[in-house]
Amino acid sequence: MLFKKARFKGGANVPHYKNTAEVETVKMDVPAKVVIPMLQHIGAPCTPVVSKGEKVKVGQVIGTSDKFVSAPIHSSVSGVVKNIAPMLYPGGTQVMSVEIETDGEQEISEEIKPPVISNREEFISAIRQSGLVGLGGAGFPTHVKLSFPPDKNVDTLIINGAECEPYITSDYREIMENSWHIMCGIEILMEYMNFKKVFIGIEDNKPEAIKILSDMADNHDNIEVVKLKTRYPQGAEKMLIYALTGKKVPPGKLPLDVGVVVMNVNSVSFISEYVKTGMPLIKRRVTVDGPAVARPSNVEVLIGTQLSDVFQFCGGFRSEPAKVLMGGPMMGISQYSLETSVVKHTNALLAFDPGTAKLPPESPCIRCGRCVDACPMNLVPLAINQYTVKGRFDELERYNVNDCIECGCCSYVCPAKRHLVQSIRLAKVQLRQAASSKGGK
Amino acid sequence: MENTLIMSSSPHLRDKDSTSRIMLDVIIALIPAAAAGVWFFGFRALLVLVTTVFTCVASEYVYCRVLKRNITISDLSAVVTGMLLGMNLPPEIPLWIAAVGGVVAIVIVKQLFGGIGQNFMNPALAARVFLTVSWPVQMTRWTFPDTVSTATPLALIKGGMEAAEGTLPGYLDLFIGNVAGCIGETSKLALLIGAAYLIYRRVITVEIPAAFIGTVALITFIFGGDRIFSGDFVYHVLSGGLILGAFFMATDYSSSPVTRKGRLIMGIGCGLITAVIRLYASYPEGVSFSILLMNVATPLIDRFTIPRSFGGEKKVA
Repeated sequence: MLFKKARFKGGANVPHYKNTAEVETVKMDVPAKVVIPMLQHIGAPCTPVVSKGEKVKVGQVIGTSDKFVSAPIHSSVSGVVKNIAPMLYPGGTQVMSVEIETDGEQEISEEIKPPVISNREEFISAIRQSGLVGLGGAGFPTHVKLSFPPDKNVDTLIINGAECEPYITSDYREIMENSWHIMCGIEILMEYMNFKKVFIGIEDNKPEAIKILSDMADNHDNIEVVKLKTRYPQGAEKMLIYALTGKKVPPGKLPLDVGVVVMNVNSVSFISEYVKTGMPLIKRRVTVDGPAVARPSNVEVLIGTQLSDVFQFCGGFRSEPAKVLMGGPMMGISQYSLETSVVKHTNALLAFDPGTAKLPPESPCIRCGRCVDACPMNLVPLAINQYTVKGRFDELERYNVNDCIECGCCSYVCPAKRHLVQSIRLAKVQLRQAASSKGGK
Repeated sequence: MENTLIMSSSPHLRDKDSTSRIMLDVIIALIPAAAAGVWFFGFRALLVLVTTVFTCVASEYVYCRVLKRNITISDLSAVVTGMLLGMNLPPEIPLWIAAVGGVVAIVIVKQLFGGIGQNFMNPALAARVFLTVSWPVQMTRWTFPDTVSTATPLALIKGGMEAAEGTLPGYLDLFIGNVAGCIGETSKLALLIGAAYLIYRRVITVEIPAAFIGTVALITFIFGGDRIFSGDFVYHVLSGGLILGAFFMATDYSSSPVTRKGRLIMGIGCGLITAVIRLYASYPEGVSFSILLMNVATPLIDRFTIPRSFGGEKKVA
């Protein structure tokens, strides 16, 4: 283990609120119905391959795509397809979804058997069949991440256990409950993908997790558990790579370009289980917390379970929820309705009461420069904000707007409570539109 | 229930520090130096401070009221401006002149340019220079101790080191503040206590004051003496408004750069101009002018110090 705690430059000292750290995962019952969106990853949406009235079983493929950047979608339950239509998606848009009325039997599909893997190509293709996407929150299809040419010098695997967002403990619980699967997953990846060096990065506010994995890694020369300084956004891919290897991923480039692949602890653990059982990605652990939740918990949820059912399982609400988030409070998406469902990359569901949901009012920028110091990407958020508010999008080109990772540090530290990230998002859209209209001329 | 959920863009958490908390920190940091000023210059100094704080807050209130804007005095920035202005005035200044300064600082320099965060110069300093140009006699009448007219240490050196020999106060008096000068600038000890608090509370960063003071020390050491490399730089650092200016005025958010690199440039620029004025120009003191000049340069500095993004290539502005 390194003596000096690894870290990055900038960031914010956000509160931890890891209330559910010691709460063991409980398995939620099969809900009466699930709504499974055909888009649960970054990339092309899937097309449903089942029809209304059809009987489906657990693990059966219900959506596929022939596009490379995509991941198949499986049924998490056994039951009957009730409806196939565009339905409300956690991102706020309408997405084609398959609604299944469950029969409670959880009959497993005959398709399910452990994959036969003897080489790298078969491994990557099995990962695609498993439907795995990055479980840390971004949802990037894992087989795409691994599909780099074998002669490309990618020799380092980084396991992300930083879990820097407040409240969320789903990675931590995976380490506490399934460390053996994590280590097996790492071994499988090393075997087929030829990684020479593995770093497991964990923030130093999780000493137990560091200890468990360090003890297990002692038997491996090439696996190193590194204690990271607890600072948001330590788990952001670029920050994590820098803290662990000193390498900077240039804007617009991928970790592959500096010889690194980053995977979440849950993703690695899943690979191990999948290789043994062949059961695709149909469930995941979700941290359910927030001031409005009666019984903060870590819940194993079937994908497609509606948010209202999950909250119900956690004892409902202790007070009227005023804001519901999918994901953490720094990057999570506020939900318009509790009818949306848990998807593959849902790591947390948080509910806030009226007192904690309301953000303080905006006041004029005082140019204190805290956002500049906090930005891990070295941007100047206040300038982007000012030009965006004034509609001077022509001025924005100098400010590297598209390099923003939307981590939220600038808005968090701003004493004037300005909506910095929001304006940067707007700026990105405007710049994209300006670029496409220029291209059209 | 469906439509009662609040939708908003992430992040959904905010730090508890606010604009008014930052301004309160500055006020707390100014109190030791203001108190030292009252201690050394007497009750009159307190009257000046009360006058400037009152006129600043009152003119902000009236301005916002007349223009039907949100009343912004609760952010405490007008109190900070008032304190800084008062601390930059001689203790015997007629109170009506101090009051004019308060109105100029808030109405002309701050509010007419858009209020907090928009002023392109430090309001207190701009008002001070306005008063110096308008009422030069009253603004440079230094009485200390109690009604004995005297000159400031810097004016004494300007008159020539030899001629001043004997009347020059020692380092210790300069450090504690037992010398003639503006109300809040003389006690370096009290100012440094306040500055340490501001740095501890992360209200200011060290770039501007360190570069400012370091540059003045370096230049006055090299060129300030009879021979090269023989200048009495300690004297220069402890004299005049340098410490007050470097920690409390040049670090004004609105009129200083936002990046660390930009702040270094700002500090070095202030230091160069101050040293040149002190050594070669007709005014004994150059802190105010140097800060105001660099204030005006701030938008340019900001423009040319846009940082490279993490892992990115250098961008040409």
